Amino acid sequence: MTAAGRPGIGWWLLILPALVLLLVFYVAPILQVLAISVTEPEPGLGNYERIFTSESVQRVILTTLRICLITTVLALLLGYAIAYAITLATPRARGWWILAVLVPLWISVLVRAFAWVTLLRRQGLVNNTLINAGMISEPLPLVWNEFGIVVGMVHYMVPFAVLPMLASMREIDPRLLAAARGLGASRGQVFRQVFLPLSMPGVIAAAVLVFIFSLGFYITPAILGGGKTLMVAEWISLQILDLIRWGLGTMMATMLIVAILVTLAVFSRLVDLRRIFGSGA
Amino acid sequence: MSAAGHALGILGLTKRYGSFTAVDDVSLDVGQGEFLTLLGPSGSGKTTILMAVAGFVAPTAGSILLDGREITPLPPEKRNFGMVFQGYALFPHMSVAENVAFPLRVRGLSRADREAKVRAALDLVQLGAFAERLPKQLSGGQQQRVALARALVFEPNLLLLDEPLSALDKKLRAELQEELKALHRRVGRTFVNVTHDQEEALSLSDRIAILNHGRLIQAGAPGELYERPRTRFVADFLGKSNFIEGAVATADAAGFVLAAGTARIAVRAPAAPEGTRRLLSLRPEKIALLAGEEAADNVVEGRILAWSYLGSGFALRVETASLGELRATLPAWQAAFAPAEGLPVRLGWSAEAAVPVEEDAP
Repeated sequence: MTAAGRPGIGWWLLILPALVLLLVFYVAPILQVLAISVTEPEPGLGNYERIFTSESVQRVILTTLRICLITTVLALLLGYAIAYAITLATPRARGWWILAVLVPLWISVLVRAFAWVTLLRRQGLVNNTLINAGMISEPLPLVWNEFGIVVGMVHYMVPFAVLPMLASMREIDPRLLAAARGLGASRGQVFRQVFLPLSMPGVIAAAVLVFIFSLGFYITPAILGGGKTLMVAEWISLQILDLIRWGLGTMMATMLIVAILVTLAVFSRLVDLRRIFGSGA
Repeated sequence: MSAAGHALGILGLTKRYGSFTAVDDVSLDVGQGEFLTLLGPSGSGKTTILMAVAGFVAPTAGSILLDGREITPLPPEKRNFGMVFQGYALFPHMSVAENVAFPLRVRGLSRADREAKVRAALDLVQLGAFAERLPKQLSGGQQQRVALARALVFEPNLLLLDEPLSALDKKLRAELQEELKALHRRVGRTFVNVTHDQEEALSLSDRIAILNHGRLIQAGAPGELYERPRTRFVADFLGKSNFIEGAVATADAAGFVLAAGTARIAVRAPAAPEGTRRLLSLRPEKIALLAGEEAADNVVEGRILAWSYLGSGFALRVETASLGELRATLPAWQAAFAPAEGLPVRLGWSAEAAVPVEEDAP
């Protein structure tokens, strides 16, 4: 940006009221809550010590990371296939595809989680069908465990994976693909050596988005995990609302925020985050 | 790089999109090592023909032959044709060297072989020093040369060029035209070029095929097309032309005399039956300004309607009493001539200058 294009002090004064509002009503209360993690039950870093000493704290962190990683990988694989199909589709078909991707976003996450419960429970549609078909004799444990959580979360996350990857794929000049084939590359080689590398910014964007989103997931794991598999958000709510252990709950909330910031920091080294989240040129 | 030109045959090529016919029964032979240009206005089907030769467009009818062998069903990657795309289509995520190495890598060449060939190809287009740059760090002309190196590095059977110079400014275009021509001589391969720029076609090609509305109108050496256009469209599209229409008044072994308006035009051409309608194409530069009582096979008198100075000469629009408006270009060195609007002039041309052309089929 040139000196002439740099916003002057006048511009900062214009956004000052909004900035103050944010600080007073948003940032300050959050910091106040997070500060509880070093004041309760007694001042000090006692709560943070638990990360290294408490097995249950470690377990919930590991479970969360594992579920988030699996969800991210699966959502990316499914999302990539869908985005690829949309990119290759005719303009008419593309409209329907995008609608099909967006519709789930408009349905309440609660409704979708319960829909999965009815599908996956012991007498659910999936188990009944498999038993009637004679493929299994006992119902499979499909819900109230990690499997159920992953199914529900992947379902929720696929649209968020599709959209950034689709945007990135649609920026790829189709002439590059034709050129690659004209130069002797098979369809597979065109995909691996030209299409895939050129769509990587979208894949990374989708990975960041899905992973960060997954870390703080609450409703889906709470319903599909059946209280047996705990992820961070549900664990925090348990500590604060049921066990009234504010110090421990806010410690984990702080860790969650730190994890998100660290993820963003790492990926911002890899790609231009402003492009991912749609601002900037 | 070894000189190994291949002959291309296009036989009855037709491509329809629904009810629209993009290419209509085009047959054309391209000789070994020949530089052929497909020339036509936009929508003339020239790019569709190139894409059918490259294998990106499946013809509705007809076939593509390489050295007499049918290749119509082959996918693009099996044809071993080099192609320079409009806008170059360089891979933005690969360096110049990686771009040029791409066709070698997909053919499974070893790293050592690749490096030697890439270096040779980049030297061929004088870009050896830019191997590690990314395409976006190069100028348009340099990108164009990378595209050429990439299309030639795997010793293709044929080099296809889709408007290779259209994205460049005029001066650079002229420079690269010469380079392209020199490159063609050096590598000795068969080149097929597509352009809508008639000057580019005239200066580059061994042979030009002129297309309009999906049909091949005329193919031939640049001079042949320019001097003896077959139809009004060819005369008009390749350079500029006056058109004179009339009826054959008298005919003999040497040619005929055309009655056009009140004028009698002597034409040296194969005789035509008396009374038939004929259309003549007369190039503006074949018309001379006659001084005093100077004679010519054909002389008309008129007044200058408008004129412009071209540097190398003058372009005149002359209103003649007998033939209506005629365009003439005169070399500036020809005479101490000061054109002015309304100035009376005598124009003359020889009997060979005007050539009969056909009206185009609608």
